[in-house]
Formats: sequence, C-alpha cells, structure tokens
Amino acid sequence: MSILEAKNVSIRYITGDFKDIGLKEYCMRRLKGNYHVTEFWADRDVSFTLERGEMLGIIGSNGAGKSTLLKAVSGIMVPTEGEIYREGTIAALLELGSGFDGDLTVRENAYLRGAMLGYTRKFMDETYEQIIDFAELRDFEDRPFKQLSSGMKSRLAFSIACLVRPDILILDEVLSVGDGAFRKKSEEKMREIIKGGATTILVSHSLGQVRDMCTKVLWLHRGKQIDFGTDVKEICDRYQQFLDGKLAI
Amino acid sequence: MIQKLKTYQFLFEELVKRDFKAKYKRTVLGMAWSILSPLLTLLIMRLVFTNFFGRSTPHYTTYLFCGNLIFSFFSDSTNQGMTSLMGNAHIFTKVNVPKYLFLFSKNVQCLINFGLTLGVFFIFCILDHITFTWRFLCLLYPICFMVLFNVGVGMILSALFVFFRDIQYLWSVFTQLLMYMSAIFYTIDTFSPQIQRLFLANPVYLFIRYFRLIVIEASVPSLQYHLLIAADAIVVFGIGCWVYKKYNHQFLYYV
Repeated sequence: MSILEAKNVSIRYITGDFKDIGLKEYCMRRLKGNYHVTEFWADRDVSFTLERGEMLGIIGSNGAGKSTLLKAVSGIMVPTEGEIYREGTIAALLELGSGFDGDLTVRENAYLRGAMLGYTRKFMDETYEQIIDFAELRDFEDRPFKQLSSGMKSRLAFSIACLVRPDILILDEVLSVGDGAFRKKSEEKMREIIKGGATTILVSHSLGQVRDMCTKVLWLHRGKQIDFGTDVKEICDRYQQFLDGKLAI
Repeated sequence: MIQKLKTYQFLFEELVKRDFKAKYKRTVLGMAWSILSPLLTLLIMRLVFTNFFGRSTPHYTTYLFCGNLIFSFFSDSTNQGMTSLMGNAHIFTKVNVPKYLFLFSKNVQCLINFGLTLGVFFIFCILDHITFTWRFLCLLYPICFMVLFNVGVGMILSALFVFFRDIQYLWSVFTQLLMYMSAIFYTIDTFSPQIQRLFLANPVYLFIRYFRLIVIEASVPSLQYHLLIAADAIVVFGIGCWVYKKYNHQFLYYV
C-alpha cells in the first residue's frame, strides 16, 4: 500500500489585477463586464506514488511547479483536479525563514514554530536545550528575533524542524542552510532522519544530492511531468543534458 | 473536532501569548493603557452628554459605562478580528494549520481586555451606589453570546478582508453608525413604540440593554429576549463558519 499517491494532480492559480482592487472597484468592473481573471496552471497532470521509506527527489528549473506541488501534498492547497491520497502525519519544511515574529524572543519563536509543526509542549520543553545547542544560539536566547542575522534565523528554523518524526517529510531546499560548517551538520542530521524510516520528498537544485539520496525522481518542467521513475541515474543524466542545452523537451 | 482541538491546543496557546505580548509590549503600562482608554472615552461622554441626557437618566455614569463597555468590546474584537487572517498570511501559506485559530486567538486577547474593563466597571458601580444582587450572575449569558457573536462577525470580516481590502474603511464607517444607533449615551424612551422595537434588531443594543436591565434596574429580561440574543449570535456565528468552510482553500490565492 502506498503511503502517498498523487493521481493526475493539476493545480490552477488565478492571477490578475483583481487582488488589490477592493470592493468598490470590484462592483464597478462587474457592472461594466470588465472583470477578468487569468488562469495559470502551475501543475498539470502530475502523478506519482511513494512507498514507505522511499525518498523522492523533485527536480526542475525555477517555476516548474515544484513548490506548488508540495503545498498540495502537505494539504495547504487542494488540487484543482486530480486527487492526493496520503497516510499518516506530514511535516512540511517550506521556506524555512518565514513565519517568525520579529518582536518575540528566540525562545518564544522556537516554541511558536514548534507548535506550528505540531509538536507538544512537553516535547518542546524536553528538546528546547537541544535545539538551541544545535542552532548555536545559546547567547541569543532572549534577544528579539529581528536582531538575528539571516543565517542565524535559518539555523534556528532548521534546528527546530529537524526534530520532526513524521511519516512523510517534505524538504524544500532546506539542505542549503547556513554556512559551510552548519550545512554539513544539517545534511548529516537529515540523513539520520531519512534513515529513521521516514518517507521523504526532497526538492533540490543540487543534482548531486538527488543522485546520492533519492530512490525515485520526478522531473517537472513548467508544470508538466517530464518523467517519473525509479531509475534515478538515467533521469538525472537526461536532466543534466537538458540543463546543458543538449536535450530539447 | 475534540481531537483536532487537542492537537492544536499548544499552537493556540502560543498564538494567544504572541498576540498578548504584541498588544501590551511587555509593559505594565501597556495594560494600564488598555483600561485607561475606555475610561477616557467615558469621561468625555460624561462631560459632553450629562447636560443633555444626564439629568433625566438615573445612574447616568453607569448607564454610559454599560454602553461603552459593550460597544468597545464589540468594535475592538471585530476590528482586530478583521485583520487576523491577513496578518498571519505568512503562516498559513506555509504551514497547514486551521485558519480560525488566528481569529480565536485575537478574540481571546479582546476578551481579556474586556474582562479588565469589566472589573473597572464593577468598581464604578460601587461608586455609583449600585446594589449587587444574585442577578449579576445572569451577565454571563450575554457575555458568552457576545463572544460567539464577535467571533462570527470576525470570521465574516476577516474573510471579506482577504478579498476586498477596502472593507476596513467601510467597516469603520459602519461601526461609527452603529455606535450612534446603539443608544449608548441617550435613552430610547422618547421614541415612538415602533422605532423602539426597531432597536431590538440591533444585536449590540440587545447586549447593552441586557447589562443595563440587570445592573441598573435589577430585573432579569424576558425569555424571548434571551432567545433573541441567542438566535442573533448563533446565526452570525453559523454564517461565519460557513464562509470559512467555503473559502478555506481560496484565501491562499488572494494574499
């Protein structure tokens, strides 16, 4: 039984200048028949399945629909068409740095973020020391979050997030956090989690990482699914060729 | 539902704490300010309107305070609630959390503020020689339904605010209008019976009147009056829930 299955998933965004027009302008445009919404398909007919313990790498250039697909998988968005079946808990680490409150202290932010990721207070109490040590922010615990450097912010974010023990783990470009030393430490931590048996989805622009770690690859290009399969090497090779301009799709 | 609440209890507590700290800025004076501001409004109204209405209305200070207390709770909690969803857009677009938590947390914040002002209100009651009776316990009834009503209005407004940003200007005009229509500083006795009945269509007035009946006249309103309050609050809350359910996944496109 697959732990995660996406069937012909399509996701449509609505775009246009309707966002900031306000009620008055909206009514005017409706009356004049001048109200336009443009549609934009971020993903079109994407299908994949994942078994327990597998690791899926999603590759593709910017704007391929990777992050949108992950939002649908984590339940933040619902697919416009198609369906997603999932079993068990999901932890999504999307855009780590955002979602913090600048006026709260580092400690308070850590608890808030932990709560968002679905931890319990007891769990946070037990692991808080560990988080701060891992993030190397011992001296900054009671500082307002806005005084931290951006590297420190993402270090904290990663340290909280890497404690998750979910059934499905979604990593969106999180392995490229902090300076060299911290990056090495965070990659080790990630491997540890993956070895722990979690089903993982990894979005990365580093093909090396995907080749190294993944058992399945999904290649997206401008919302369309180019390839999906277990032959990681072959798909990555073709993607590399495409990147080098040797292959047209 | 219960299971869900349990799961998100920790997040909810942390959100309440965050909003609390943001509001009072970790100062004792911050809390004092939030009590002082309704008192100043009361003072101004007392000075301005005593000459017009004060002479004929018994316990006019308490009468005014009832109106101010309820109305500022309503306007505070709906105005804060309105921006609660947009203000947390950076969270719910990244993490899958129930969106109503942000609104609830703001409402808890406003309820605490209301509680503080209510304390001051009772002190004023003593100063105004109001006798406290067992009937004061009945005040819990309108308070509960007021919370439900405010949450309902907040849900509708916060959803609308995502789609139409100018709703906040319209709402501030509307609250102003509502303020004048809620008989905060005047009595409705001089109006004709038909118009007096029209006031009952205003839920905020219902809450204010309930407080005045209990506190000043020491009488418990009729059963119909109770039912009317409950109906108003439940209908508004129901609409709010429906809006959230319907647009739950569409907010994302507009932020």
